[in-house]
Amino acid sequence: MRSERPLTYLAAINEALAEEMRRDPNVLVLGEDVGGEFGGAFKATKGLAAEFGPLRVMNTPLAELGFTGMAAGMALMGLRPVVEMQFADFISTAFDSIVQFAATAHYRWGGAVPLVVRAPSDGGLRAGPFHSQNPEAWFIHAPGLKVVAPATPADAKGLLIAAIRDNNPVIYFEGKLLYRSLKGDVPEGEFVVPLGKARLARCGDDLSIITYGAQVHQALAAAERLAGEGVQCDVLDLRSLKPLDEEAILTSVRKTGKALIVHSANRLAGLGGEIAALIADRAFQWLDGPIRRLGGLDTPVPFSPLLEDAYRPDAEKIYREARALARF
Amino acid sequence: MASQDTLSPTQQLDLYYWMRLTRAFDDRMLAHWKQGRGVGGTFSQRGHEAISVGAGYALGPDDIVAPMHRDLGTFLLRGITPRRMFANLLGRETGVTHGRDVNLHGVGDLNFGIFGFISHLPHSLPAGLGAAMAFRYRGERRVALSFTGDGASNAGLFHETLNMAALYSAPWVVLVENNQYAYSTPTGETMKVTDIARRADGYGIPGVMVDGNDVEAVYAVTHAAIERARSGGGPTLIEAKTMRMLGHAIHDGAEYVPAELLAEWAAKDPILCFEVRLIAAGIADRAELDEIGQRCQVEVEDAAAFAEASSWPAPESVMEGVYAQ
Repeated sequence: MRSERPLTYLAAINEALAEEMRRDPNVLVLGEDVGGEFGGAFKATKGLAAEFGPLRVMNTPLAELGFTGMAAGMALMGLRPVVEMQFADFISTAFDSIVQFAATAHYRWGGAVPLVVRAPSDGGLRAGPFHSQNPEAWFIHAPGLKVVAPATPADAKGLLIAAIRDNNPVIYFEGKLLYRSLKGDVPEGEFVVPLGKARLARCGDDLSIITYGAQVHQALAAAERLAGEGVQCDVLDLRSLKPLDEEAILTSVRKTGKALIVHSANRLAGLGGEIAALIADRAFQWLDGPIRRLGGLDTPVPFSPLLEDAYRPDAEKIYREARALARF
Repeated sequence: MASQDTLSPTQQLDLYYWMRLTRAFDDRMLAHWKQGRGVGGTFSQRGHEAISVGAGYALGPDDIVAPMHRDLGTFLLRGITPRRMFANLLGRETGVTHGRDVNLHGVGDLNFGIFGFISHLPHSLPAGLGAAMAFRYRGERRVALSFTGDGASNAGLFHETLNMAALYSAPWVVLVENNQYAYSTPTGETMKVTDIARRADGYGIPGVMVDGNDVEAVYAVTHAAIERARSGGGPTLIEAKTMRMLGHAIHDGAEYVPAELLAEWAAKDPILCFEVRLIAAGIADRAELDEIGQRCQVEVEDAAAFAEASSWPAPESVMEGVYAQ
């Protein structure tokens, strides 16, 4: 039996980076403020510079388009760079380097780009329009990328290691809200969570809540409350957003007949729409109610607490939506 | 490919051969399109032969190049055969990209140290810098060369990349092919400076200007910059001035370019100028140069025939290659 011990979500990320850097000399990290004793805006790279030196823990200028493109060039040469976006919100400035250059190289001419971009995402922290975003849909829409969003400390470690070992560009959306607030058992040593495999976080026959990232915990809280009222929910934690574990989604919905999809990202044209279409297409005859979706509003992420709470899904909203759907 | 400052007569004739092959390929390509047998669009190389051949020739065999769409000479001399290149133009299975990318775009092959470029030309800069940083990371004495155009030198990514390259003292060289037009817009309407090389001052690195129609001069400055980078001296910005002698792409008649300007540069044709020099120096006579030209003609006819005879990629293969295994 593998030994486990509780780690925070943030410590699990740090451990994954350190272990992969020890294992493979081609792995390096780069980004703004990641080096030295500082260790990044959120301290995800704390201690790495001391152990691995400045060549493998590279501070960069404020130039996301440039340093992400540079990392893609390094990856073409066989290195495995892990780029830190200081906030996922800033990833838009690196868009062409990721979506146009890195994501297409293998299809066009066979150039493999084993690149990871870590993107601290999601809100609920009263951080305003540019420190709260969830831009995963942009990248799911781009051929050649893989996209993951861990919800637990164990997955934060295992998915990051899988992303680093993958030979394609992987966008790794980490939930800032979970960094220090969430602690959980994390396996020691080598631990890989395969890309493309969802996790059933809770089992029930009445309704499927399909979600990822920090919303998994809101969904679990809502499901617990519903269980007290006799409604039993599946809570499916997608873990990988691309490739999507379609079979896990379909299996759950074919069992329960009802689907509620939840994400923090804007509902409009978000991943939930694609999942709803998948269910409508391939689980239609099993459905006992409409496919429901909860997501952020079609606004910039507002700052002030009451506004932000109005903007984003939470356990209360999930509870209400799921209860109504269960009664349908 | 060469690694010394001065070129032997054999190497000079080598440069001449690659320029003639580039021109012959270009002429054959244009004829193919005029006959209505082209697929999609394509880009003439006319006017850029001395740059792509002279600079490409200065690279070592283990170096990396991140090119753009007027660098056919570099592609050819590094080992992409005319057959594979022509087949790529026609979207055939035997082309470098197996029908995945158009004309010279995406023509990359790590066996020959070539990154496939994207239409967003400034991206050849960070890609090349990344290769250089990988060499620096591993302590290898290898260099990367990025090509870009005057138009792309106005993009923010140009600034980001040059700043980082200088900061990291990367073994990297960037060569801006200033052909005086970004599509229909002359450089005077897109930048205040007349010499892009001066922008190097802003990054604390050397900026060098060179006559982009003089293949030996392009070779010499690129070679010096590459060897400087190889020995730890850091990056150099080279500006090679030339003239785009035809339209932006094959569909473009370029009526907006003054005829006098084209006439002025036609007199400075890189191949004709080099011929005069080779003959005057007694390195070759007219007959020998013509023989090289005929050899190139045979090669490109063979390439076009090979491409025409090649099969199309199978439609059922369309999903193949999106992801690396």
